Amino acid sequence: MEKYICKLCGHIYDPKEGDPDSGVKPGTAFKDLPADWVCPVCGAGKADFEPA
Amino acid sequence: MQPLEIKKNVHWVGAVDYGSRDFHGYSLSPQGTTYNAYVVLDEKKVLFDTVKHGFSEVLLERLRTIVNPEDIDYIVVNHVELDHAGALPQLIKLCKPEAVFCSPLGQKAIEGHFKNWRDWPLKTVKTGDSISIGKRTIRFVETRMLHWPDSMFSYIPEDKLLFSNDAFGQNIASSERFTDALAREALDQAMTEYYYNIVLPYSQQVLKTLAQVAELGLEIDMIAPDHGLIFRGEDEVRYALERYREFAEQKPGKRAVIVYDSMWHSTEKMAYAIAEGLNAEGVPSRIMDMKRNHHSAVMTELARCGLVVAGSPTHNNGILPYMAAMLTYMKGLRPQNRLGAAFGSFGWSGECVKILTDHLAGMGFELPEEGLKIKHVPDEEALAQCMERGKALARALKAKCGE
Repeated sequence: MEKYICKLCGHIYDPKEGDPDSGVKPGTAFKDLPADWVCPVCGAGKADFEPA
Repeated sequence: MQPLEIKKNVHWVGAVDYGSRDFHGYSLSPQGTTYNAYVVLDEKKVLFDTVKHGFSEVLLERLRTIVNPEDIDYIVVNHVELDHAGALPQLIKLCKPEAVFCSPLGQKAIEGHFKNWRDWPLKTVKTGDSISIGKRTIRFVETRMLHWPDSMFSYIPEDKLLFSNDAFGQNIASSERFTDALAREALDQAMTEYYYNIVLPYSQQVLKTLAQVAELGLEIDMIAPDHGLIFRGEDEVRYALERYREFAEQKPGKRAVIVYDSMWHSTEKMAYAIAEGLNAEGVPSRIMDMKRNHHSAVMTELARCGLVVAGSPTHNNGILPYMAAMLTYMKGLRPQNRLGAAFGSFGWSGECVKILTDHLAGMGFELPEEGLKIKHVPDEEALAQCMERGKALARALKAKCGE
């Protein structure tokens, strides 16, 4: 599964790790993240991410 | 140490640092800087931001002339970076505030900076949240990545007053507190220097924030930033907002900056010849030798330039370190809408121009002309070639500027 990078702050979303702090389980693909999911570092929305 | 009343019952209680030259360890502040903090005296007494560690006594001395620090009810932390929150632990200890307001990402930053945060009465606020402090209201607007995740504006509608934290800041140390006391050119230079070295990578956020300010219908007749001078009155506020829009849009300017480093002056001679060519086609330029100019001065110059011409000789199969440093710094600041070109002299292997070109391409610059490489010392013919290249680059820049 592809990693995505936040264009604002450079945080990398790694599907292997998910985002447990926001209740996203490891193994969740970027496209399957909820629409209101935000970057855990800077709060940017999904639209601000691009494939890493 | 006197405070200054900037609106009725709103006082500046900051510190002026005439000695600062190194701003945050990466940029220069040739005119020093200020750490602005503000206090609003209403039914609740509210302190907005603090100062850099080491300047807290100055803040306290000003504060004590108008209010007993223990009477401060709230502290608002618009930004956790240590030039604004450095004195926060001491202020919390002295003021014993009922609440310390910050954004949700501000809380995370506070947890990472201060060991005593668990003892603090932190309250997080989001965009759209507001609190009443008596006759006045404080509305909060998160401005994420302008220029840290935690950054936030505080707005007081009754006073049409915006505390903008680092946005609209300038590194100026002076006894004046308002922008209208300064010649516009001097202010503009300081605004440019600050934007191009700190805010530039977040230009998209600036445009979003300006749109948000318009959308929320915030009426503003004073912008009080945390560095430098305060914008008062419609004209000054309009200037600040419009200037930020221009900075963020980054329309290419019809000027060039030629940055280089040199060993035995061969690359330097090429720089001067390229400048002649640009000039012959009506494009002014500034030549900046990286041994004599700081990388932050190059960024300030870049604000008005649509073209970056970068030169280095080949040294040990690479480029000279000052050029590598400057290009690394420039890349991080993510300039947009620029043309780039590379040049340099070499002795045998000649990798310089390819490396410089890769740096420029890596920043997304358009490269209208091939890089120019000259073996050893440029002769008349080589310098004529440099001049021709300068002319060609000038034509490409004028086309980009729509001429």
